[in-house]
Amino acid sequence: MALRPGFRDPVHDAQAVFRAAMEALSRPGFVRALPTDLAPPEPLTAELAALALALCDADTPIWLDAPLARSAEVAAYLRFHAGAPITATPESAAFALIVDAAACPAFTAFAQGTPDYPDGSATLILALDHLTEEDGLAFTGPGINGRVRFDAGPLPADWSARLAANHALFPCGLDILLTAPGRMTGLPRSARVLEPAEA
Amino acid sequence: MSAPLPEQGYNFAYLDEGTKRMIRRAILKAIAIPGYQVPFASREMPMPYGWGTGGVQVTAAVLGRSDVLKVIDQGADDTTNAVSIRRFFGRTAGVATTTRTTEATVIQTRHRIPETPLREGQILVYQVPIPEPLRFLEPRETETRQLHALAEYGLIHVKLYEDIARHGHIATTYAYPVEVAGRYVMDPSPTPKFDNPKMDDCPALQLFGAGREKRIYAVPPYTRVRSLDFEDHPFRVQRFDRPCALCGAEGVYLDEVVLDDRGGRMFVCSDTDHCEGRRAEGFTGEQAA
Repeated sequence: MALRPGFRDPVHDAQAVFRAAMEALSRPGFVRALPTDLAPPEPLTAELAALALALCDADTPIWLDAPLARSAEVAAYLRFHAGAPITATPESAAFALIVDAAACPAFTAFAQGTPDYPDGSATLILALDHLTEEDGLAFTGPGINGRVRFDAGPLPADWSARLAANHALFPCGLDILLTAPGRMTGLPRSARVLEPAEA
Repeated sequence: MSAPLPEQGYNFAYLDEGTKRMIRRAILKAIAIPGYQVPFASREMPMPYGWGTGGVQVTAAVLGRSDVLKVIDQGADDTTNAVSIRRFFGRTAGVATTTRTTEATVIQTRHRIPETPLREGQILVYQVPIPEPLRFLEPRETETRQLHALAEYGLIHVKLYEDIARHGHIATTYAYPVEVAGRYVMDPSPTPKFDNPKMDDCPALQLFGAGREKRIYAVPPYTRVRSLDFEDHPFRVQRFDRPCALCGAEGVYLDEVVLDDRGGRMFVCSDTDHCEGRRAEGFTGEQAA
């Protein structure tokens, strides 16, 4: 099996992907473009691969969800291009790559950080089918001018309750990057999901 | 100044890619936890501590080819620190540089926020000497970390209260502590407190880098930044009783310039770009040449 190529221009491609991720977390819920020409092995999506290659290295264990973990090619691709260890235990992961977002494990399975070091928590990177700025859940918080709304899926049925519980842990909690083909948005732990009555 | 030649043999923006990734991850955490100081593995930079090694590392990690960089030192684009950092990135990254606040996408600053309001998409990078607002009250890192974890900020209110007891008003004029998004108390770096209101609900992303102390922290756009105060001693910024002597601007931060040894002095805009822009538009002050 031939190894698929990584970034064509490792320096500037990684910088562009990082900037997209930085803007996604600093303007939560704002859907933005994430252009990439990567063609990683299935079922890893180009967006997940781009974020993993831009952010992960030997210091950041990656956890893969079941469909990704079944592919030896995906692990080999990430090991070679990012140099990141693949971990089987979610609580030891710095980043989690998830293609079957509807089956995303409970947030409590991942490192949450501690009150002294809330930065010790994991970042989830989800691949979704659709991500649009029309309707969906409403959010408020740092980085959001008033409120923001976006629709994404497929996601677990209790998604809203999970996000509320995650925000309640602030300053601990997970940060989430949501991707769909060609686009992404961010949901840092600081974003608060609005109740239907507030929205 | 002629355009500096790009330096050969260095990675884009000087730092290696592994270092950039580490700093980038710290920046993402800092944005997700506004006001919290994220530890990072600060590198030796080709400049001494105190000259902006933290800010330079943050700038190097975010900078891209299409960015336009502005560097200011106490509001001025033309002082040694600003000129040398601008040249550093001109040579190691080959990025375009500017002195115009409106043209810049990344602005590295030492202790001022430009007078021209910042816009969405801009990034303001602060150089920070001592990131810990509680450090002079509690020297032990283990203790200050716990105070932040517990959101126990009584000490800093006592410090402000002691100002009032001694001077009759809050006498802290720079590095004035702020509360970010209702949670962490943060040192806004030694900016004059005059600039504190500009941090509140700012459309630009604000990143803070402390090289020697190895901390990165952030204020996302549109985030509440409240200067600490008391009901009976509300936060106030200083006022200047005269306009800028060169451009006549009022409501801006002024520097005092001593003119001779007989008490002669003038007050001019600290923000040189703002002052030059106004003069180009035809505004003049009483001492404009």
